[in-house]
Amino acid sequence: MNNNRRILLKGTLAAGAAGMAISAGLLTPKAVMAAWPKAAFEAKDVDSALKAALGSASASDSSKIKLKAPDIAENGAVVPITVTSSISGTESISILVPKNGMPMTANFNLGANTEGYISTRIKMGKTSDVVVVVKAGGKLFSTKKQVKVTIGGCGG
Amino acid sequence: MAKSIKVRAKVKSGVATIKCLINHPMETGIRKDKKTGKLIPAKFIQEVACEHGGKSVLNAQWGGAVSKNPFLSFKFSGAKSGDTIKISWVDNKGESDATEAKIK
Repeated sequence: MNNNRRILLKGTLAAGAAGMAISAGLLTPKAVMAAWPKAAFEAKDVDSALKAALGSASASDSSKIKLKAPDIAENGAVVPITVTSSISGTESISILVPKNGMPMTANFNLGANTEGYISTRIKMGKTSDVVVVVKAGGKLFSTKKQVKVTIGGCGG
Repeated sequence: MAKSIKVRAKVKSGVATIKCLINHPMETGIRKDKKTGKLIPAKFIQEVACEHGGKSVLNAQWGGAVSKNPFLSFKFSGAKSGDTIKISWVDNKGESDATEAKIK
Protein backbone atom coordinates (compact mmCIF):
# COMPACT_ATOMS: atom_id res chain seq x y z
CA MET A 1 0.00 0.00 0.00
CA ASN A 2 1.61 3.27 -1.05
CA ASN A 3 1.31 6.63 0.68
CA ASN A 4 -1.09 8.26 -1.76
CA ARG A 5 -3.48 5.45 -1.37
CA ARG A 6 -3.35 5.78 2.38
CA ILE A 7 -4.11 9.50 2.24
CA LEU A 8 -6.97 8.78 -0.10
CA LEU A 9 -8.35 6.29 2.38
CA LYS A 10 -8.21 8.78 5.20
CA GLY A 11 -10.10 11.21 2.98
CA THR A 12 -12.85 8.70 2.40
CA LEU A 13 -13.04 8.17 6.11
CA ALA A 14 -14.04 11.75 6.72
CA ALA A 15 -16.43 11.70 3.78
CA GLY A 16 -18.88 9.08 4.86
CA ALA A 17 -19.93 6.14 6.89
CA ALA A 18 -19.54 3.63 4.08
CA GLY A 19 -15.98 4.74 3.53
CA MET A 20 -15.41 4.59 7.24
CA ALA A 21 -16.28 0.92 7.44
CA ILE A 22 -14.03 0.03 4.52
CA SER A 23 -11.01 2.06 5.54
CA ALA A 24 -11.24 0.94 9.16
CA GLY A 25 -10.73 -2.58 7.85
CA LEU A 26 -7.86 -1.64 5.55
CA LEU A 27 -5.99 0.55 7.99
CA THR A 28 -5.72 -2.21 10.54
CA PRO A 29 -2.54 -4.12 9.97
CA LYS A 30 -2.95 -7.87 9.59
CA ALA A 31 -6.01 -8.13 11.78
CA VAL A 32 -9.16 -9.60 10.33
CA MET A 33 -11.92 -7.30 11.40
CA ALA A 34 -15.60 -7.13 10.75
CA ALA A 35 -17.04 -3.77 9.81
CA TRP A 36 -18.14 -1.77 12.81
CA PRO A 37 -21.93 -2.11 13.05
CA LYS A 38 -22.88 1.56 13.06
CA ALA A 39 -26.62 0.89 13.09
CA ALA A 40 -26.32 -1.25 16.22
CA PHE A 41 -24.36 1.33 18.17
CA GLU A 42 -26.57 4.23 17.11
CA ALA A 43 -29.84 2.45 17.86
CA LYS A 44 -31.88 4.17 20.55
CA ASP A 45 -33.49 1.07 22.08
CA VAL A 46 -32.34 -2.40 23.02
CA ASP A 47 -34.43 -4.36 20.52
CA SER A 48 -33.28 -2.51 17.44
CA ALA A 49 -29.67 -2.55 18.68
CA LEU A 50 -29.82 -6.32 19.08
CA LYS A 51 -31.46 -6.79 15.68
CA ALA A 52 -28.75 -4.74 14.01
CA ALA A 53 -25.88 -6.45 15.82
CA LEU A 54 -27.01 -10.05 16.14
CA GLY A 55 -29.88 -10.37 13.69
CA SER A 56 -32.55 -11.05 16.29
CA ALA A 57 -33.94 -9.50 19.44
CA SER A 58 -35.52 -12.58 21.00
CA ALA A 59 -33.21 -13.73 23.76
CA SER A 60 -34.19 -16.26 26.40
CA ASP A 61 -33.12 -15.82 30.01
CA SER A 62 -30.31 -18.11 31.06
CA SER A 63 -28.86 -18.86 34.45
CA LYS A 64 -25.66 -20.03 32.78
CA ILE A 65 -24.53 -16.46 32.28
CA LYS A 66 -23.05 -14.83 35.33
CA LEU A 67 -22.96 -11.06 35.36
CA LYS A 68 -20.86 -9.42 38.01
CA ALA A 69 -21.55 -5.74 38.44
CA PRO A 70 -21.73 -3.50 41.49
CA ASP A 71 -25.15 -2.98 43.17
CA ILE A 72 -24.35 0.66 43.54
CA ALA A 73 -21.87 2.50 41.35
CA GLU A 74 -20.72 5.74 42.86
CA ASN A 75 -19.13 6.88 39.64
CA GLY A 76 -21.19 6.19 36.55
CA ALA A 77 -18.17 6.84 34.33
CA VAL A 78 -16.42 3.69 35.50
CA VAL A 79 -18.66 0.69 36.18
CA PRO A 80 -16.74 -2.58 36.26
CA ILE A 81 -18.56 -5.41 34.50
CA THR A 82 -17.52 -9.06 34.44
CA VAL A 83 -19.39 -11.61 32.36
CA THR A 84 -18.87 -15.35 32.60
CA SER A 85 -20.84 -17.58 30.24
CA SER A 86 -20.77 -21.33 30.76
CA ILE A 87 -22.95 -21.98 27.73
CA SER A 88 -20.94 -24.24 25.42
CA GLY A 89 -20.08 -22.73 22.06
CA THR A 90 -20.42 -19.13 23.17
CA GLU A 91 -19.77 -17.09 20.03
CA SER A 92 -20.30 -13.56 21.17
CA ILE A 93 -21.01 -11.51 24.27
CA SER A 94 -22.79 -8.16 24.06
CA ILE A 95 -23.19 -5.62 26.83
CA LEU A 96 -26.09 -3.18 26.71
CA VAL A 97 -27.31 -0.44 29.04
CA PRO A 98 -31.01 0.19 28.18
CA LYS A 99 -31.17 3.63 29.79
CA ASN A 100 -28.11 5.05 28.11
CA GLY A 101 -28.89 7.20 25.07
CA MET A 102 -27.36 4.55 22.87
CA PRO A 103 -27.82 1.22 24.67
CA MET A 104 -25.28 -0.88 22.75
CA THR A 105 -22.06 -0.57 24.71
CA ALA A 106 -19.77 -3.32 23.52
CA ASN A 107 -19.87 -6.47 21.49
CA PHE A 108 -17.20 -9.16 21.80
CA ASN A 109 -16.78 -11.86 19.15
CA LEU A 110 -14.94 -14.79 20.65
CA GLY A 111 -12.57 -17.10 18.79
CA ALA A 112 -12.88 -20.89 18.89
CA ASN A 113 -10.55 -21.28 21.88
CA THR A 114 -11.69 -18.23 23.76
CA GLU A 115 -13.52 -18.86 27.00
CA GLY A 116 -16.84 -17.20 27.76
CA TYR A 117 -15.27 -14.61 29.98
CA ILE A 118 -15.06 -10.86 29.53
CA SER A 119 -14.21 -8.18 32.03
CA THR A 120 -14.32 -4.50 31.21
CA ARG A 121 -15.47 -1.09 32.45
CA ILE A 122 -18.39 0.88 31.06
CA LYS A 123 -20.12 4.23 31.45
CA MET A 124 -23.67 4.58 32.74
CA GLY A 125 -25.66 7.81 32.61
CA LYS A 126 -28.13 6.86 35.34
CA THR A 127 -29.50 3.93 37.32
CA SER A 128 -30.32 1.17 34.86
CA ASP A 129 -30.25 -2.52 34.22
CA VAL A 130 -27.14 -3.87 32.57
CA VAL A 131 -28.16 -6.44 29.97
CA VAL A 132 -25.79 -9.10 28.71
CA VAL A 133 -26.68 -11.07 25.61
CA VAL A 134 -24.73 -14.20 24.71
CA LYS A 135 -24.92 -15.80 21.29
CA ALA A 136 -24.34 -19.55 21.26
CA GLY A 137 -25.24 -22.02 18.54
CA GLY A 138 -27.25 -19.40 16.69
CA LYS A 139 -29.46 -18.67 19.71
CA LEU A 140 -29.49 -15.71 22.04
CA PHE A 141 -29.41 -15.91 25.81
CA SER A 142 -29.52 -13.04 28.18
CA THR A 143 -29.27 -11.98 31.77
CA LYS A 144 -29.49 -8.63 33.49
CA LYS A 145 -28.69 -6.86 36.71
CA GLN A 146 -29.67 -3.48 38.03
CA VAL A 147 -26.89 -1.06 38.88
CA LYS A 148 -27.73 2.04 40.88
CA VAL A 149 -25.75 5.05 39.84
CA THR A 150 -25.43 7.75 42.46
CA ILE A 151 -24.71 11.20 41.14
CA GLY A 152 -23.24 13.88 43.36
CA GLY A 153 -21.53 11.43 45.66
CA CYS A 154 -24.09 11.68 48.51
CA GLY A 155 -25.17 8.07 48.28
CA GLY A 156 -28.59 7.30 46.83
CA MET B 1 0.03 7.14 19.26
CA ALA B 2 2.53 4.64 20.22
CA LYS B 3 2.60 2.59 23.37
CA SER B 4 -1.01 3.19 24.24
CA ILE B 5 -1.60 -0.42 25.20
CA LYS B 6 -0.41 -2.11 28.37
CA VAL B 7 -0.74 -5.86 28.45
CA ARG B 8 -0.37 -8.50 31.14
CA ALA B 9 -0.69 -12.06 29.93
CA LYS B 10 -0.39 -15.08 32.16
CA VAL B 11 -0.95 -18.75 31.51
CA LYS B 12 -2.18 -21.24 34.08
CA SER B 13 -2.81 -24.89 33.13
CA GLY B 14 -3.24 -24.10 29.45
CA VAL B 15 -5.61 -21.18 29.92
CA ALA B 16 -4.20 -17.74 29.25
CA THR B 17 -5.63 -14.73 31.02
CA ILE B 18 -5.05 -11.48 29.21
CA LYS B 19 -5.52 -8.13 30.85
CA CYS B 20 -5.00 -4.94 28.96
CA LEU B 21 -5.31 -1.24 29.56
CA ILE B 22 -5.57 1.14 26.64
CA ASN B 23 -4.84 4.83 26.95
CA HIS B 24 -7.67 6.54 25.12
CA PRO B 25 -10.05 9.46 25.85
CA MET B 26 -13.20 7.60 24.74
CA GLU B 27 -15.27 10.73 24.04
CA THR B 28 -18.88 9.89 23.25
CA GLY B 29 -19.56 12.99 21.19
CA ILE B 30 -22.54 13.97 23.37
CA ARG B 31 -20.56 15.59 26.20
CA LYS B 32 -20.20 19.35 26.36
CA ASP B 33 -17.10 21.34 27.16
CA LYS B 34 -17.89 23.10 30.44
CA LYS B 35 -16.07 26.31 29.49
CA THR B 36 -17.24 26.86 25.93
CA GLY B 37 -20.54 24.97 25.97
CA LYS B 38 -19.61 23.29 22.71
CA LEU B 39 -19.88 19.60 22.07
CA ILE B 40 -16.63 17.69 22.37
CA PRO B 41 -16.25 15.70 19.13
CA ALA B 42 -16.58 11.95 19.41
CA LYS B 43 -13.38 9.98 19.64
CA PHE B 44 -13.71 6.42 20.80
CA ILE B 45 -12.27 3.03 20.02
CA GLN B 46 -14.48 1.09 17.66
CA GLU B 47 -12.64 -2.17 17.25
CA VAL B 48 -10.19 -4.14 19.33
CA ALA B 49 -8.63 -7.33 18.08
CA CYS B 50 -6.42 -9.93 19.69
CA GLU B 51 -4.50 -12.57 17.82
CA HIS B 52 -2.64 -15.60 19.09
CA GLY B 53 -0.58 -17.73 16.70
CA GLY B 54 -2.15 -16.05 13.67
CA LYS B 55 -5.68 -16.84 14.84
CA SER B 56 -8.15 -14.30 16.10
CA VAL B 57 -9.10 -14.97 19.72
CA LEU B 58 -11.13 -11.86 20.31
CA ASN B 59 -12.67 -9.25 18.10
CA ALA B 60 -14.54 -6.56 20.00
CA GLN B 61 -16.69 -3.73 18.73
CA TRP B 62 -17.11 -0.87 21.14
CA GLY B 63 -19.36 2.13 21.36
CA GLY B 64 -18.74 5.40 23.16
CA ALA B 65 -20.11 3.96 26.40
CA VAL B 66 -16.95 2.06 27.25
CA SER B 67 -15.04 3.90 29.99
CA LYS B 68 -12.15 6.25 29.40
CA ASN B 69 -8.79 4.46 29.32
CA PRO B 70 -10.58 1.14 28.78
CA PHE B 71 -9.72 -2.01 30.65
CA LEU B 72 -10.33 -5.37 29.04
CA SER B 73 -9.74 -8.86 30.31
CA PHE B 74 -10.45 -12.21 28.65
CA LYS B 75 -9.28 -15.82 28.70
CA PHE B 76 -8.46 -18.37 26.05
CA SER B 77 -7.16 -21.92 26.04
CA GLY B 78 -4.39 -23.54 24.01
CA ALA B 79 -1.68 -21.09 25.00
CA LYS B 80 1.70 -21.77 26.51
CA SER B 81 4.31 -19.71 28.23
CA GLY B 82 6.45 -17.74 25.80
CA ASP B 83 3.75 -17.42 23.14
CA THR B 84 3.20 -14.03 21.60
CA ILE B 85 -0.14 -12.30 21.44
CA LYS B 86 -0.94 -9.27 19.37
CA ILE B 87 -3.48 -6.66 20.39
CA SER B 88 -4.63 -3.80 18.19
CA TRP B 89 -7.31 -1.12 18.19
CA VAL B 90 -8.86 1.35 15.75
CA ASP B 91 -10.91 4.40 16.72
CA ASN B 92 -13.58 6.35 14.84
CA LYS B 93 -10.99 8.89 13.62
CA GLY B 94 -9.00 6.16 11.94
CA GLU B 95 -6.20 6.22 14.49
CA SER B 96 -4.85 2.88 15.53
CA ASP B 97 -2.21 1.18 17.58
CA ALA B 98 -0.95 -2.35 18.00
CA THR B 99 1.31 -4.10 20.41
CA GLU B 100 2.76 -7.51 20.99
CA ALA B 101 3.24 -9.19 24.34
CA LYS B 102 4.71 -12.44 25.56
CA ILE B 103 2.59 -14.71 27.70
CA LYS B 104 4.24 -15.40 31.04
